Amino acid sequence: MLDTLLLSRIQFAANISFHILFPTITIALAWFLVFFKFRYDRTGEAVWLRAYRFWVKIFALTFALGVVSGITMSFQFGTNWPGFMERVGNIAGPLLGYEVLTAFFMEATFLGIMLFGMKRVSPRLHTFATLIVAIGTTLSAFWILSLNSWLQTPTGYTLVDGVFYPKDWFEIIFNPSFGYRFFHMLLASGLTASFLVAGISAYRLLKEDHKHAPKLTLKVSLTVAALLAPMQMFVGDLHGLNTFEHQPQKVAAMEGVWETEQGAPLLLFAIPDEQQRTNHFEIAIPKLASLILTHEAEGEIKGLNEFKGEHPPVKPVFFGFRIMVGIGVLMILVALVTRYTLWKHSTLPTWQLKALVVMTFSGWIATLAGWYVTEIGRQPFMVSGLVKIEELVTNVPSEHVLLTLIGYLTLYAVLLAAYIKTLFYTARNAVQVEEYQTTPVQGGQYV
Amino acid sequence: MFSAEYLALLYSALMALAIIVYAVLDGYDLGVGILLPGNNKPAADTMIASIGPFWDANETWLVLAVGLALIAFPSAHSIILQALYLPIAFMLLGLILRGVAFDFRAKAKTRYRQTWDRCFKLGSLITAFTQGYMLGLYVMSFEHSLASHLFATLSGVGVIAAYTLIGAGWLIMKCEGEIQSAAIRWCRLSNLIALLGVLAVSVVNPLINAYVQTRWFGTEISLLLLPLPLICMVLFVIQDRVLVKLNRNPSHGCWLPFAITVMIFLLCFFGLVYSFFPYVVPGTLTIFEALADPSALTFMLYGVVLVVPAIIGYTLFSYRVFWGKTQDLSYY
Ligand code: HDD
Ligand code: HEM
Ligand code: HEM
Repeated sequence: MLDTLLLSRIQFAANISFHILFPTITIALAWFLVFFKFRYDRTGEAVWLRAYRFWVKIFALTFALGVVSGITMSFQFGTNWPGFMERVGNIAGPLLGYEVLTAFFMEATFLGIMLFGMKRVSPRLHTFATLIVAIGTTLSAFWILSLNSWLQTPTGYTLVDGVFYPKDWFEIIFNPSFGYRFFHMLLASGLTASFLVAGISAYRLLKEDHKHAPKLTLKVSLTVAALLAPMQMFVGDLHGLNTFEHQPQKVAAMEGVWETEQGAPLLLFAIPDEQQRTNHFEIAIPKLASLILTHEAEGEIKGLNEFKGEHPPVKPVFFGFRIMVGIGVLMILVALVTRYTLWKHSTLPTWQLKALVVMTFSGWIATLAGWYVTEIGRQPFMVSGLVKIEELVTNVPSEHVLLTLIGYLTLYAVLLAAYIKTLFYTARNAVQVEEYQTTPVQGGQYV
Repeated sequence: MFSAEYLALLYSALMALAIIVYAVLDGYDLGVGILLPGNNKPAADTMIASIGPFWDANETWLVLAVGLALIAFPSAHSIILQALYLPIAFMLLGLILRGVAFDFRAKAKTRYRQTWDRCFKLGSLITAFTQGYMLGLYVMSFEHSLASHLFATLSGVGVIAAYTLIGAGWLIMKCEGEIQSAAIRWCRLSNLIALLGVLAVSVVNPLINAYVQTRWFGTEISLLLLPLPLICMVLFVIQDRVLVKLNRNPSHGCWLPFAITVMIFLLCFFGLVYSFFPYVVPGTLTIFEALADPSALTFMLYGVVLVVPAIIGYTLFSYRVFWGKTQDLSYY
């Protein structure tokens, strides 16, 4: 029952889910920091530096969690999925290798200068180091998403005796779903970071922080959110169209379509039932799914029954998709309303501040939901249409995997709790500090 | 496209480079972690500040080493990582504890601070021990016997001593006053333990591995190489003398212990590589048999040629930025 395959999958999912939380924040937060620092260099107004100093602390903590969980990831392939590398290693290997060479070293080295070097290098060089870190995190996302997209929509390879060989690296890197996934992920990161910044800034305002910095960061983050949230919906739609073309069975699961249909409705809610191959409790808008996916009211959507035995489990994909899109729509609403209020009245009423605090980690939930749709939607294949998962598993004894799985889960729960508590604690601390200290303190990090 | 043989040599050289650079760099920051005092906050702060700007980049060499194994020798990579499944999990636990404690200790409530300091120390210890343990199992060809686990344990202790040695060397170089004099004491002690460890491994290894024995005693070159272990021993002795001198006058040559330790590391690592070459999995798989598809490796090579010099360049740059004694580091 609890075999090595299942445990390995759970462990992999747990590790990557934990890892992705932190890069999702750092990729975009790094760009926020570049902006703050750049504005400070240009205007010399202390408030930008204060914004920078507060958020760089949170960045450092988030980055550290991203690094340690990333190191775990880089061992996962060998410990739990050796078959994976034996078969797709010729393609996955160099992509991961380029990530290490072009991104990891650069961001890790310049991070040192960014965090500790402000007084040791010229202001320009320090801003440059911040910029390099931001470029580095974005490059990481570039390579890893290229690899992940290749697993979804493989191109540019030859297959000999079950082993993949590269034929055209350009086609491999820029495979058909890569562009959509990359931009969608960058926007997801932008939204996650803006709602984090907005949430924590709102929390500080609620705690009666009368300094200028939290007001400023609130404004900046809401502006970014109001711009990105509608874009995300648009890009997400394009992403869906791309998936419809390459992985129709995934879209059928996302939409809960069992029988091939013309003029398929959009299901706002339903409970898919894989035994009876039908949905219960449907709430539907007629013809809308066909309209969105084919741009014709009577367009055809292939149903899951055409892919019997070769389609993903329906429930997680179906619900995951609704959670993501639901949060996406909520983000648009919240961002537009709060930004508009801020523009009209230049402050936010308490209920709006509270709403923003509630939304602090909404980006995480949407991102995880989106990834579950993507990854579970690829099942039962590892490489879409070509390699099935069960061909790949390790032969480590299942008790060992169970042991490490329990270990990871416990550790992650503790770390996640500590992370979130520390964020709010840092925010409360900042409220009490009248002006920022300019003396060295505490293990060499900014206070 | 390059020939497979050439690529196998090149990638194993690169992997060796990544491993030894990792051992030296992360070695010193893990060593500092092992030495962290539990009851002296200012000292702990300074010690951690001395590795602050570097630890993340240091750890990236480990990612590179594993990555290169995976890219260039996938079958060896999967044999080794599966054989070491549990120790790797423990090592990751150690690395995670250490890495997060670094940031949490400066940001969490004062009440939790001691706990994070302990996590830092414990994480460093676990990491060092498991790395040594894995090295031991590797040398024993992943055999499951009492002898092999004993040997691995010995090797784990040896690596703790080695990292403490280089960590203390780092502190002697980067710190002054009280920490520096304490570091000189630590350094002397771990110098002795590391010496014993190296002796033990050098004696045991050829005794249990016939292949290693012929490498060192059975060929013509081996005669030329035999002085190497001797030089290594001499370095340990010089180190001890240098430390005695430094104890009297710490202002001259405080970089010497670190430099000598790096030389010891290089010699030991060379000995290890020479013992097993061309095997990646001792006695089972050579680098030539394990090699991945040459065209993929050629593609990777462009990146290596272009990027590795840049990495070395900006790494040196960052060491220059933070040159000098840690007290001088000024932060906001
Ligand atoms: C803040 C996060 C976030 C938000 C608000 C949204 N998404 Fe998303 N979505 C992601 C974060 C994300 C993600 C985690 O980044 C995924 C997983 C893989 C990927 O490339 O992006 C994803 C995947 C993903 C997929 C799966 C494609 C595939 O794997 O084949 C589709 C069709 C959409 N999204 C569509 C949307 C739509 C129509 C949204 C409407 C607002 C939306 N997403 C909001
Ligand atoms: C199987 C997948 C993955 C592996 C093997 C992996 C591996 C790693 C490793 C080893 C690190 C630490 C690098 C260092 O030492 O500095 C890291 C950090 C990072 N990873 Fe991942 N990663 C994976 C998935 C992802 C994904 C999906 C993203 C983003 C879309 C991502 C983005 C990043 C970023 C930006 C960092 C820098 C640290 C941070 O920002 O927290 N990674 N990853
Ligand atoms: C970053 C967010 C990600 C999340 C939350 C995520 C989630 C998951 C989940 C839940 C599975 C298990 C699916 C199942 O077994 O039903 C899985 C599988 C997998 N994913 Fe991802 N994934 C992410 C990103 C990536 C990336 C960037 C890569 C590429 C390097 C990747 C490669 C894989 C591989 C190799 C598997 C194999 C195991 C399997 O399918 O069971 N994932 N992922």
